[in-house]
Amino acid sequence: MLNMKNTYTRWQLLFLMALRFLIGWHLLYEGIAKLLNPQWSSIGFLKESQWILSGFAKWVISDPSILSAVDFLNTWGLIAIGLGLILGMFFRVAALSGFVLLVVYYFNCPPLVGIEYSLPADGNNLIVNKTLIEAFALAVLAFFPTSRILGMDALMAGWKKKKEEK
Amino acid sequence: MSDKKTDQGPSLRENLGINRDMKRRTVLKAMAGLPVLGLFGIGLLNKREYDLSKKNSIIKELGLDSLELPKSDYGQTKPQGDLIRVGFIGFGTRARQLSRALGFIHPEDMKSWQQRNLLNDWLQQEYLNVAITGICDVFDNHAEDGLATAENYTRPGGNSAPKLPVKRYRTYHEMLADKDIDAVIVATPDHHHARISIDAAKAGKHIYCEKSVALHEDELNELYATVKNSAVVFQLGHQIPQSVVFQQAKEIVKKNILGKITLIETTSNRNSANGAWVRHLDAKGNLKPGSESSIDWKQWLGEAPEVPFSVERFYNWTQWFDYDTGMIGQLFTHEFDAVNQLLRVGIPKSVVSSGGVYFWKDGREMPDSLNCVFEYPKHDLTLMYSGNLASSRSRGRVFMGHDASMELGSNVIIHADSGSTRYKEQIKSGAIDTGSPLLTYNPASQQIDAVSSASEKYYASRGLTTTTLNGRNVDVTHLHLREWLGCIRNGGTTSANIDMAFEEGITCIMAHRAYVEKRCVEWDEVNKKII
Repeated sequence: MLNMKNTYTRWQLLFLMALRFLIGWHLLYEGIAKLLNPQWSSIGFLKESQWILSGFAKWVISDPSILSAVDFLNTWGLIAIGLGLILGMFFRVAALSGFVLLVVYYFNCPPLVGIEYSLPADGNNLIVNKTLIEAFALAVLAFFPTSRILGMDALMAGWKKKKEEK
Repeated sequence: MSDKKTDQGPSLRENLGINRDMKRRTVLKAMAGLPVLGLFGIGLLNKREYDLSKKNSIIKELGLDSLELPKSDYGQTKPQGDLIRVGFIGFGTRARQLSRALGFIHPEDMKSWQQRNLLNDWLQQEYLNVAITGICDVFDNHAEDGLATAENYTRPGGNSAPKLPVKRYRTYHEMLADKDIDAVIVATPDHHHARISIDAAKAGKHIYCEKSVALHEDELNELYATVKNSAVVFQLGHQIPQSVVFQQAKEIVKKNILGKITLIETTSNRNSANGAWVRHLDAKGNLKPGSESSIDWKQWLGEAPEVPFSVERFYNWTQWFDYDTGMIGQLFTHEFDAVNQLLRVGIPKSVVSSGGVYFWKDGREMPDSLNCVFEYPKHDLTLMYSGNLASSRSRGRVFMGHDASMELGSNVIIHADSGSTRYKEQIKSGAIDTGSPLLTYNPASQQIDAVSSASEKYYASRGLTTTTLNGRNVDVTHLHLREWLGCIRNGGTTSANIDMAFEEGITCIMAHRAYVEKRCVEWDEVNKKII
């Protein structure tokens, strides 16, 4: 019934699962925290945007309706990605969209030499920061999937297979 | 070996058993994320409860959980009361802003506002049921601007707004004598304010007078007596108290969150030619229009000493003692109004001022660096003003109390004081962190927030709390004019009434005299006289 064979060793699976839950937890809370704070808006973050996406950020800020659409998509996107990772549901889509979203965050405020931000940075960063690392960790998870071993995708794959058999 | 096994094959019953077992295992494996979600849920609930209890405890403790803010009836769609016919005396830059706040826009401004996407928002401004029916300006170009503005029918109220003829008056006396004018807006250079307002009150016209109210003590006394003995509604042109933020600050002061306030620091920080009243040149550096043939110079001078015609004086009048009191009259007036509206400190016992012309050495009399200290022994309070025209470093407006300080700008930020008696326990227990704002007030959400997360703290301290975007933006000058018109129709007192104007006027004259006469100027409370 399992459509993916577990080729991981016990330890590989354990840490891949742990990474999946940790990132899922983080993104889910980021989304929910925004949802619970009625005053949250991405404007503060977008105002800081300086590199290649600064034009995009300005465009978003310029129009309140675009800004609120971006806020909405961001909040619910984070929640959906977080749930997808934790539950192992639509896992690859969730992990890859998470990767894209985090890379967008990174490109808005990359810690490049010569770019200074008024917001204090989390730790000391040179070109690489934690957002970028989290993005690539998500990419790794997408290409070392665990959701069909432990996750809702296993069930869904089963259903799909049954349908095909019928 | 294996062949044998295959040949035998599992029995049907065994097969079904394995299938069921595998199904169950699959379902269990599929649910692997659920315990994690469960833990997440517990963590979230804990965090939420903690945040709410922390926020509530601080807000409750400060008595801010039951704030009663006056409900605004702003946004009326039906025209209020009878039509009020307004005349503008003086139609320069400020008058153009005032007319917009009143619901009239100059065709040129209309074009640029359309390009900047501001026009539609402006058209949503409440229709005040007024018509500009008179314009008086000694400069032909300005008078024509006024006529063009009054006759522009693109305005709030749309087509239903009456289209009355607009008349140009050569002198303000002619306008005041016209029974078809109900009220006047005085937006001339400052040296005319008191005289025109006195004559307007005598003529029974309601008055909206730009600050500063008067340059001399005797004319201020005369204005005060005249308005007091008349039935006209007087409003001095200030707008800070109309902002929602200000109403909130008022409540905070009323609830004594700050403790005893003994020091208030107010500042003006500008660093541009225009901000330093160098205004006779256009954007290309050419002299702006205006000559003796288009400007009635004698009338412009009024009661000021006679000097030959000068375009510079005409545009840059704020630089000269004969026409203004500089930073005191143009900028400190707003600061004083904010303080007086909050604390009603009134006229100070004494004032000292010092400063000089240190940057804009263009022959001006007015200092570009000025510091004034106002003493209020009756209130145990010092009010300081520091203005500078050669640095725009923002220094804010801060009310310093024994228990907390309040910075009042586009938002309100309260910091608990580390030496506070009232918050001693909370500071000790860590419930209140003196390093970050205790409270901020967010005008968009109309509620007080105990600041919690690190980034919120950060934004609040820098005044970057920008949630006003989605809220409706209303021009405060519009609200100030609206209040004035409301009082004309329904009675009541304007917030910048003649008593407030008198206190402000005397305070400013004292500060200016202290600078010019280089001495400590005092107020004789008994004889109501500056000594």
